[in-house]
Amino acid sequence: MTLGRDEDKMAGPEPQPTPSIRVLVAKLGLDGHDRGAKVVARILRDAGMEVIYSGLYKTPAQVVDAAIQEDVDVIGVSLLSGSHVPLFGALCKSLRDQQADHVLVVAGGVIPEHDYDALIESGVDAIIPQEAGSELIITAIRDLVAARGRI
Amino acid sequence: MTLYSDAAISEIEKHLAAWEQTELAATLKVRPEEKPEYRTESGIPLKRVYTAADVADIPPGDIGLPGQFPFTRGPYPTMYRGRPWTIRQVAGFGNPESTNQRYKYMIETGQTGLSTDFDLPTLLGLDSDDPMAFGEVGRVGVSVDTIDDVDRLFDGIDLEKISVSLTINPSAWVIYAMFVAVAEKRGYDFAKLTGTLQADPLKEYVAQKEWIYPVRPAVRLMRDLIIYSTKTTPKFNPISLSGYHLSDVGGNAIQEISFTMAFAIAYCEEVIKAGIGIDDFAPRLSFFFISHQDFFEQICKFRAARRVYAKIMAERFGAQKPESMRLRVHVQTAAMSLTKVEHTNNLMRTAIQALGAVLAGCQSMHTNGLDEAFAIPTEEAMKLAIRTQQIIRDETNVTSVVDPLGGSYFVESLTSEMEREIWKVLEEVDRLGGAVKLVEEGWFQQKLADSAYATFKLIDSGEKISVGVNRHVDETSEAAKVEIHPYDENCTDLQIARLKEVRARRDTPRVHALLSELKDQARTEDINLLPKTIELVKARATLGEICAALRDVWGGYDEPNIV
Repeated sequence: MTLGRDEDKMAGPEPQPTPSIRVLVAKLGLDGHDRGAKVVARILRDAGMEVIYSGLYKTPAQVVDAAIQEDVDVIGVSLLSGSHVPLFGALCKSLRDQQADHVLVVAGGVIPEHDYDALIESGVDAIIPQEAGSELIITAIRDLVAARGRI
Repeated sequence: MTLYSDAAISEIEKHLAAWEQTELAATLKVRPEEKPEYRTESGIPLKRVYTAADVADIPPGDIGLPGQFPFTRGPYPTMYRGRPWTIRQVAGFGNPESTNQRYKYMIETGQTGLSTDFDLPTLLGLDSDDPMAFGEVGRVGVSVDTIDDVDRLFDGIDLEKISVSLTINPSAWVIYAMFVAVAEKRGYDFAKLTGTLQADPLKEYVAQKEWIYPVRPAVRLMRDLIIYSTKTTPKFNPISLSGYHLSDVGGNAIQEISFTMAFAIAYCEEVIKAGIGIDDFAPRLSFFFISHQDFFEQICKFRAARRVYAKIMAERFGAQKPESMRLRVHVQTAAMSLTKVEHTNNLMRTAIQALGAVLAGCQSMHTNGLDEAFAIPTEEAMKLAIRTQQIIRDETNVTSVVDPLGGSYFVESLTSEMEREIWKVLEEVDRLGGAVKLVEEGWFQQKLADSAYATFKLIDSGEKISVGVNRHVDETSEAAKVEIHPYDENCTDLQIARLKEVRARRDTPRVHALLSELKDQARTEDINLLPKTIELVKARATLGEICAALRDVWGGYDEPNIV
């Protein structure tokens, strides 16, 4: 389901507004905690991004397929099950296998600091801490997309 | 009858009015209040001070006495004087042996009841070698594939002597079958088995989000479990109606209780439709609520819940036995309130929430470990959590008087106010067609998602305070060095090796025959699925096989996409 963007946000001084950032908010594996994912989806939507929510219980391959089909800039995955290391590993590998590693991967949820290195190594582009406010979440995604450039 | 005479109330109101014009007015002039209005977390307006006038309209029968209808003041007449609440810390990780070891440690530390967390594959009815179980085996709870795993889980633990709570949901009926079969093998007296299954499918679809089947078959399985368990294991609670998770996904105190009561009504209607009398099963319905941050609202929530439940059972369902109207509740402190920043503060948060639950009259409690914002609690964190309850129980003398806050103008007034708000929601649910239909339509899900977003915005704007996070922030405090409970990387391999061995040694054609009998039974509406399931687990059918068989009959579940 695509969340409608607030059209008011489009009205700005820029003569040629850049297309809005597209984000797939996804849940991976068997983790049913979707409060955070849904809140983040609304935050990003309210910030003018186009947001697609995957729903629950998706495999890494399903998430990658959806990301390609929806042509998103960013996949944001919220995980609270502790299985982040194997699941993000599989997600990022699948992105590479599908030649889709231009899609940025942002991790959130309950992720202990001592796993940060392992996630970054496996291809995660940014990890959002649990206590993050809306500004940090929005800025992190905008900065990542700006650094990568629009494709 | 009222608590106060009209003359006394009018005297008190006059006194209050005079005070407002004198002392209060003078103080407000020199020191205005910090906020223009004060409210509870769920939005109920709070007065500056409460008087007898605020409780004058409450019928004395609504307050009553402990152990008596409507149980506002507690489910039992003597409460903690007769029996303290059960210290029941939940634990589960890795292979059954690892969890069994933790249980033994916790019993030594003074825990008085057991509680099991299962891993996600077990909860969702998948075997450890299922592709969807990748990375999840033994992660957030213990892994159970066959009856032998349940035997290992409780090895050396006398199940006639200690009560066992099982946090299992869509696959609850299979785990119950394994539990009963193990008890039978060990020669236990079924009448002495005590414990609780969480079960409660409706809250899964709206909150915890663990499901296998569509809503209605899941409710039918719940019905079968309630009917079978109340007859076979009469001291076992086949369900723990869980408001905790409703709060966990964003529900406020009113939503927590009103939605839980709506689900209770739906289950009762389902069991009654099968021809069972309310008094034959209602005494074994149990509850699980959160103890959250708004101290007094939480205490009043428990009191209001007991009163509403008693009235539902007596008035709506015509229950006769007091046990059918008595709400018994397990409590967990609020994991949502814990922070990673300055994580030792979590000890204080948890202690205050635990005290609230005791003042509110809980029957059993899990206090969160201070490291639960990071991962599964370590032994040391669990010990501190148990000690927190022991300090409240043994050092503070709060257990000597039943319902010590009863009669407080504020507490009684807020209890009644919350009761009114809960009834309003229940009337709306009835008007819109009942809980099962509304779960299918996503009505509860939308309310909870809206509430979660509203709460987030309050935190984001700093209006809702989290000490150390958005108030009293210490910029110099570093990320906590917390010892994290290690994940056993070999756990999956061991579970898979055991599955292979079981499948090789059992009579597989017989298992398949039994599975197809189970499917036939599931195609009918009226056959109880428990006896066949017990036969299956004894024949070493795996949890995944049993759950998959019914998925063949009933299909899976597509969640309404609500953000």
